[in-house]
Amino acid sequence: MTATTGPRVATAAPRLIYRRPELLAEDSTHYCPGCGHGVVHRLVAEVLGELGLGPRTIAVAGVGCAVFAYDYLRLDFCEAPHGRAPAVATGIRRVRPDAFVLTYQGDGDMAAIGTAEIVHAAARGELITAIFVNNGVYGMTGGQMAPTTLLGQKTTSTPGGREAALHGYPLPITEMLALLPGVAYAARGSVVDPGAIGKTKAYLRKACEVQLAGAGFAIVEVISTCPVGWGMTPRESIDWLRDAVAEVYPPGVVVDRTKTVPVAPAPAAAGSEG
Amino acid sequence: MERSVVIAGFGGQGILFAGHVLAEAANAEGREVLWIPSYGPEMRGGTASCTVIVGDEPIGSPVVDRVDAAIVMNPPSLAKFAPLVREGGLLVVNASLVEAQSGRADVDEVRVPCSQLARAGGDDRLVSMVALGALIERLPVVSAQSVSQALRTIVGARRPEVLEADLGAFEAGRRAA
Amino acid sequence: MTRRVLMNGNEAIAEAAIAAGCDAYFGYPITPQAELLEWMARRMPELGRAFVQAESELGAISMALGAAATGARVLVSSSSPGISLMAEGMSYLAGSELPLVLVNVMRGGPGLGSIQPSQSDYFQATKGHGHGDYRVPVLAPSSIAEAIELVPTAFEIAERYRTPVMVLADGIMGQAMEPVEPHFRTLPPCAPDWALTGARGRPPRVVRSLHLRAEDLEAHNRDLQAKFRAIEAAETRWAEEGLTDAEVAIVAYGTAARVARTAMARARQAGMSVGLFRPISLWPFPAAALRDLAPRLRAILVVELSAGQMVEDVRLAVEGRAPVLFHGRTGGMVPTPDEVVEALRRAFLVNQPAGEPSFDPETDPLGLICAMGGRR
Repeated sequence: MTATTGPRVATAAPRLIYRRPELLAEDSTHYCPGCGHGVVHRLVAEVLGELGLGPRTIAVAGVGCAVFAYDYLRLDFCEAPHGRAPAVATGIRRVRPDAFVLTYQGDGDMAAIGTAEIVHAAARGELITAIFVNNGVYGMTGGQMAPTTLLGQKTTSTPGGREAALHGYPLPITEMLALLPGVAYAARGSVVDPGAIGKTKAYLRKACEVQLAGAGFAIVEVISTCPVGWGMTPRESIDWLRDAVAEVYPPGVVVDRTKTVPVAPAPAAAGSEG
Repeated sequence: MERSVVIAGFGGQGILFAGHVLAEAANAEGREVLWIPSYGPEMRGGTASCTVIVGDEPIGSPVVDRVDAAIVMNPPSLAKFAPLVREGGLLVVNASLVEAQSGRADVDEVRVPCSQLARAGGDDRLVSMVALGALIERLPVVSAQSVSQALRTIVGARRPEVLEADLGAFEAGRRAA
Repeated sequence: MTRRVLMNGNEAIAEAAIAAGCDAYFGYPITPQAELLEWMARRMPELGRAFVQAESELGAISMALGAAATGARVLVSSSSPGISLMAEGMSYLAGSELPLVLVNVMRGGPGLGSIQPSQSDYFQATKGHGHGDYRVPVLAPSSIAEAIELVPTAFEIAERYRTPVMVLADGIMGQAMEPVEPHFRTLPPCAPDWALTGARGRPPRVVRSLHLRAEDLEAHNRDLQAKFRAIEAAETRWAEEGLTDAEVAIVAYGTAARVARTAMARARQAGMSVGLFRPISLWPFPAAALRDLAPRLRAILVVELSAGQMVEDVRLAVEGRAPVLFHGRTGGMVPTPDEVVEALRRAFLVNQPAGEPSFDPETDPLGLICAMGGRR
């Protein structure tokens, strides 16, 4: 770091480089060191704040580590039974057309026990923004294999590594959902480095705007880390995320039907935070 | 006085409809009535049946272990429901399709060529209306006027163009009995 | 008097819910309640209200949970195998203290069972559905007219106590038509102060059933139990017929009570003084009323469309004050009035006054008398 001269410090305007978003609670999270959930929470808080959606958001928390999202995001929250967040969100959506509806699920929740609910919410084109944090293991229950676990990856329930013959293949949920015409937007981001995090934020913002425009269902998968579940240090987990996970689940926009489907203008102008 | 009637035949013979008309006629008389259909896979192609219980007090049991009258529109229904008719009860048989006799000497067995009369009336589906006419003629569970009124209520509201045919079939059944 | 109209039970329940201000319906087709879903599919969109045919009963009950969490008045219906799937959601709704009315049009089980009427879900309805220490009020109509009355009552109880409530019917109730007064009770809209509406101008609200700290969860359970005691005190319902001079009482609910009523009339014609005690709320069970009645009786005969489920609650309530006998049919078979009369004859033999020949189990070749309680 270069030392700056006294007079220069005195004259430069103070530049804010970090502030806690208003929708993010002050409490520190219970997440393990190196876990990606905290980053995704912050992105959600930033995007909803920037779009002024906090006062009309009803969020749905899935089961798993992220069930406590309601402790960290200052939003109305409903807890869903394991896997059922998209159905719970459908119920909210249908009786609260004025609400902004968000789901937050992990990969065990969405890609295993909740496949029926996510597929059919997407097929119905529910106006829901689904956030899917994929860290490839069941974190909360002790690091067992998830449907998204990579081939060869060791978990507490695949001690010799995941074998296709024994455990089947990783499930590309976002690509599967992208086939459905009810899905207006599907993208995959990553928390691997600041650049990827910036892109992920842009995907999240777009997925929110898609709902506001009434265009259809939107999903953003975020490939993320679970150092404890993976048996790695936080640093090693970042390398694994970049080198192994992103190979199987490449980040990028998977489908964007808002370019081909006429999109109605947003029903209400985004207000200020209340 | 509580009276129970079972109506049975093939799906498509208007079995449930005839029961509905009878129930609506009882309702028009301000009486208590319960209509219960057989339901499920059997109604798609197999035997359909319904039970109508008419009374002056609230209807108790929805299942009957003996009936005052049975209308049987096909051979399987004869075998199944003829034994349920109480001693001295009424059995209306569609003689067009059922050749066998019930063998019940202790019931009033009325054989009416319902299918032929229905065809003469212009529509095979009138067959249960013919049978209902025969039933009401022999055992006025409700009055014939109430049945006509019920037909006007139900058919008149949905398919007024077939009301006259239904009324005609009902009268043909009464005459044949 | 308004002219009565013929209504099918499933449709009558649906229309009663609509009149009561039901905002949303979620369901999945299953016999014998499909007409309820079909009625809602047509009527709810007409009224600008929510209807979703879900991907499964798991989906339907979860949608209901989400809608209820926003303060909406929600109806869900299914039949036995579907209710098993909804058990998960019922536990969450109870734990999250959300109001909801769930209709079970029972069919025979276990497993896929049959589609014919049954009462074999009494245990499921009154003792559980899902995991955890909770109770759900259960209302059991025995006619279509009574179902129409009980649907708004179910919503009132659900909202008064913040609890799911079950309306327990069976295939006969769902499929039959009866004349009903076309008057359906309306309820004022509800705007609960806990509903999720978006945290505009107030702190965020969370609807949850998770309390990881044992102390917290125990406190939550204590609150739930206090609520259940309050429901027991205020919401116990039953009906009595012909009990004043009865020597034997039939205890039966729903369709079984209708069979019992016909059997009672036939038995009285044959000189047997028989009455009917009909629980309307199955939980809370009218135990105190039955306990008070028991000492006046020679015997109690429980009639069910099951292998004997409510009979356990009757025995617990009676505490040996009268012998409790059982007659039931299973698998979709419905007891006939004459079967019940026969069971009544045997019930009269169980507890003979001194000097008369006592009951001999050898005279029960049909196995109609399943058990005997304490004799006088």
